[in-house]
Amino acid sequence: MKNDFQVIVIGCGVVGASIARELSRFDVKVAILEKEADVSFGTSKANSGIIHAGFHSTKGTLMARFVVPGNRKFDRLCDELEFPFERRGELMVAFDDNELRILQTYYKMGLDNKVPYMDLIGKERVLEMEPNVNPEVEGALYAPTAGIICPYEYCFSLTSNAQENGVELFLNKKVTWIGKQGNGKFEIETEDGSRFTSDYIVNAAGLYSDEIAKYVGITNFRIVPRKGEEYLLDRRVGKLIHRVIFPCPTSTSKGMLVIPTVDGPVMVGPTARDIEDKDDWATTRDGLKEVFTHAQRMVPSVKTSDIITSFVGLRPAAVGNNGDFIIGTTTVPGFINAAGIQSPGLTASPAIAEHIREVINKEGLRMELKPHFNPKRRRVASKVRHMLENRQYSQYGEIVKKDKTYSKLVCRCENVTEAEIVEAIRDGHTTLDGIKFATRAGTGRCQAGFCTTRVMEILHKETGIPFEQITKKGKGSEIAPYPIKKGGVE
Amino acid sequence: MTKNVDALIIGGGPAGLAAAISLKKNGIDNILIVEREDCLGGILLQCIHNGFGLHRFKEELTGPEYAEKYIEMLEGTTIETMTNTCAIEIVNEENSKTVYLMSEKSGLIEAKTKVVILAMGCRERNRGNIAIPGTRPAGVMTAGLAQKLVNRYGYMPGKEVVILGSGDIGLIMARRMTWEGAKVKAVVELQPYPGGLNRNIAQCLNDYNIPLYLSHTITAIRGNSRITEVDIAPINEYKEPKKEDTFTLKCDSLLLSVGLLPENELSQLAGVNLDRVTGGPLIDTNYMTNISGVFACGNVLHVHDLVDWVSEESEAAGKAAADYIRNQTIQKNKIAVRVGNLVRYALPTVLEPGKPGILSLRVIAPAENTTLYVKADDEIIYKKGHKKIFPSEMQRIEIKEVPQKAKMIHVYLE
Ligand SMILES: Cc1cc2nc3c(=O)[nH]c(=O)nc-3n(C[C@H](O)[C@H](O)[C@H](O)COP(=O)(O)OP(=O)(O)OC[C@H]3O[C@@H](n4cnc5c(N)ncnc54)[C@H](O)[C@@H]3O)c2cc1C
Ligand SMILES: Cc1cc2nc3c(=O)[nH]c(=O)nc-3n(C[C@H](O)[C@H](O)[C@H](O)COP(=O)(O)OP(=O)(O)OC[C@H]3O[C@@H](n4cnc5c(N)ncnc54)[C@H](O)[C@@H]3O)c2cc1C
Repeated sequence: MKNDFQVIVIGCGVVGASIARELSRFDVKVAILEKEADVSFGTSKANSGIIHAGFHSTKGTLMARFVVPGNRKFDRLCDELEFPFERRGELMVAFDDNELRILQTYYKMGLDNKVPYMDLIGKERVLEMEPNVNPEVEGALYAPTAGIICPYEYCFSLTSNAQENGVELFLNKKVTWIGKQGNGKFEIETEDGSRFTSDYIVNAAGLYSDEIAKYVGITNFRIVPRKGEEYLLDRRVGKLIHRVIFPCPTSTSKGMLVIPTVDGPVMVGPTARDIEDKDDWATTRDGLKEVFTHAQRMVPSVKTSDIITSFVGLRPAAVGNNGDFIIGTTTVPGFINAAGIQSPGLTASPAIAEHIREVINKEGLRMELKPHFNPKRRRVASKVRHMLENRQYSQYGEIVKKDKTYSKLVCRCENVTEAEIVEAIRDGHTTLDGIKFATRAGTGRCQAGFCTTRVMEILHKETGIPFEQITKKGKGSEIAPYPIKKGGVE
Repeated sequence: MTKNVDALIIGGGPAGLAAAISLKKNGIDNILIVEREDCLGGILLQCIHNGFGLHRFKEELTGPEYAEKYIEMLEGTTIETMTNTCAIEIVNEENSKTVYLMSEKSGLIEAKTKVVILAMGCRERNRGNIAIPGTRPAGVMTAGLAQKLVNRYGYMPGKEVVILGSGDIGLIMARRMTWEGAKVKAVVELQPYPGGLNRNIAQCLNDYNIPLYLSHTITAIRGNSRITEVDIAPINEYKEPKKEDTFTLKCDSLLLSVGLLPENELSQLAGVNLDRVTGGPLIDTNYMTNISGVFACGNVLHVHDLVDWVSEESEAAGKAAADYIRNQTIQKNKIAVRVGNLVRYALPTVLEPGKPGILSLRVIAPAENTTLYVKADDEIIYKKGHKKIFPSEMQRIEIKEVPQKAKMIHVYLE
């Protein structure tokens, strides 16, 4: 039967995608329903991109349970899926005696969570490791296992690998109703009127996971968005820091961080403010001030004049559960939550996925490992790009001889060629933001001033989408919606 | 593929074209212009309005017409042009330079050349550079991108428009979008004076009753898929928005015209030193940068408001480059040019004693009934009264002869 699956995952952020990919190793029929025009367009595209070492999470919570095992899985995942990931380490820095005591507390929390190789280090060592940290630093908690990652590439790679292994992805499918059929199967309706059926549902809808739960009558938690503003600095500022720099948390805030990114530019943020509106994606003047005041205390040379872009992420914090993750079976048989996955959800995602697979298995879905599971992601063009970045011009020249699209530069700030854009489009990214996240075209200094029209042309050529219907991030966000006819716009 | 030339010009806009033609006139034959777009002409191609060439050709031309005049001059010459070809790296070697080119037709090219002329123009500043708070919806774009969409592709980005910044591109787009039936609701400018030319304020805003809000800024952008409204507030003397006087305008697009930045990533990578004020390379009187054999002209050097000066400057650069190829001419004696009261920058930052000199400069803020002075130590060598002088208008002044013994040149308004 069409649209009938054994497991339907609702939501394709890092959590949904990890679960789908984990399930794709087995002979199970799986689909993902995602409301946006592309995957990772929720919280998973807008975060700090840190694979935390795990000393921040309180003992006994699900966060603490999944964060360290999650962290441990990233080497293998990166090897298989080839997303950018580097174990840079993190430093929680202290500036006075009180803060030095706080470091002790977190060191102990880290030990409880089995965070490996942590070290309490003195001033000299901190400054030797990170010369741009404020010289008034007194000491730091150092955790070398922390890493940095490109979060959306991680999500894209999980999704496309899951698809290669048989998972079906449905975009622009907002779940609006869930019921049960006589045979015990779930019936799911989406906004556009499509219907799906499944034996199991995994609720990985992030900010909206409370609403999805409500559709099956589960009302024991509510998701409050906790807003985080982040600011990216120009590449020209250089690599001010090599590791993630944390302040000592206060009772009200975990604090603003100075974060190296895998793409090079330094990022500062995030704020943490509980808000009401799940659609409030606005950065604010206050947020900017807060971020920079805090960040400058740790790394004095970060400046607002170097901001190249900014964004907001909304953490799905579960009220009624102390903000902890909500994971596992529910009062409705077959309906399984992976809800309220706020920070450190990115880090925990691989461990959550494995756990959810075990839960579904225990709930009665028999599954066998697929003999032909392919753990490797198929990627060509973006690999070739690295040759350009590393100035291996003669090797690059050889590739260009075979395929001319490698010599058509589309985004000159980030050296993205037509070959990469086409690969991203064929991979299912059909909005400008999606292509931007998949290829980096438009993320550089000129912020898409130059390449927008070129990407639009390629998108039109590849998919046939009329020029005026090409969007930034899905319906309603058309770039140039009005063709000019004689006599002006009507 | 490899290539060997005497002069390689990066950028086929008016600067690159004029430099190439001048090189040719001055006896250099083996010249290559590379342009990353699919045709020559640079930013002129999207400027379909009038107002080009009044000084050069004594007639009012559109951008493409002006460009065409230069493109025609190339015909029948030995100047080679490659379009859809982007320079990706300049490597400086002892007696030559290697420029790596990525060409759509010919793939990766390693081009050896005696001189490089940087003529890459500029790009527009964008929202990130100015950090406007709010959401990141569709409909927010630079005025230049809107201009490209409208003039080269035939699509309108919106029907209810607000423009932030009163740079020339924004002003011209205000009129252009009005012509196409859009409603331009406001042009919002942080400074107490407009960023663009007075001529454009009159012809693009006043003639169409488009309100210009000076000393105002945008304090919020709203809308998630598409922009729906902006908050506009007057600013106080500390450039902080006055909350109580904020008002909201509904709109479906916001165009940014908040200035241009010379496009110098390539130059920087090659080790060219830049001026902090202009964002362009530091040059001597021969338009040569700190790397011998690398020259710069046009918008990559500093932002011009009139293309006529771009052409003139680039011809001079072309001639100097030709001299360098033939005689290895290098400016020997340099005296520093310093700017004083109300002058934002003057270019070049050095002059040559005993020689004539040309200075391009801009003032910091508008001024009335004032005099522009150039002094060599204590001696006044140039003086001109201005009833009104604006930052939007570049001044170009000629000094007949820089005194032999001068130690420093001083440029200021009084
Ligand atoms: C500012 C910030 C910084 C952070 N930094 C870090 C960090 O450094 N390290 C770390 O480990 N974690 C970090 N996090 C947390 C991390 O980003 C999240 O835990 C993680 O992205 C959550 O993933 P998710 O898949 O649960 O949610 P999402 O990515 O939001 O995915 C949910 C998906 O469900 C879809 N959806 C919703 N409703 C429906 C519906 N009705 N029908 C169909 N689809 C629907 C959404 O469109 C969305 O794509 C940070 C979070 C924020 C906000
Ligand atoms: C919107 C607008 C309106 C204007 N209106 C007027 C007016 O009314 N009257 C007037 O006189 N002047 C006007 N001007 C000013 C005038 O057009 C510019 O000063 C002039 O075009 C600058 O010439 P340029 O050659 O330096 O730069 P550009 O015209 O920008 O040309 C630079 C060229 O270099 C190419 N390039 C850049 N990097 C590379 C690379 N790495 N490899 C290969 N090619 C590269 C670019 O694609 C571009 O074609 C206007 C300018 C703008 C932007």
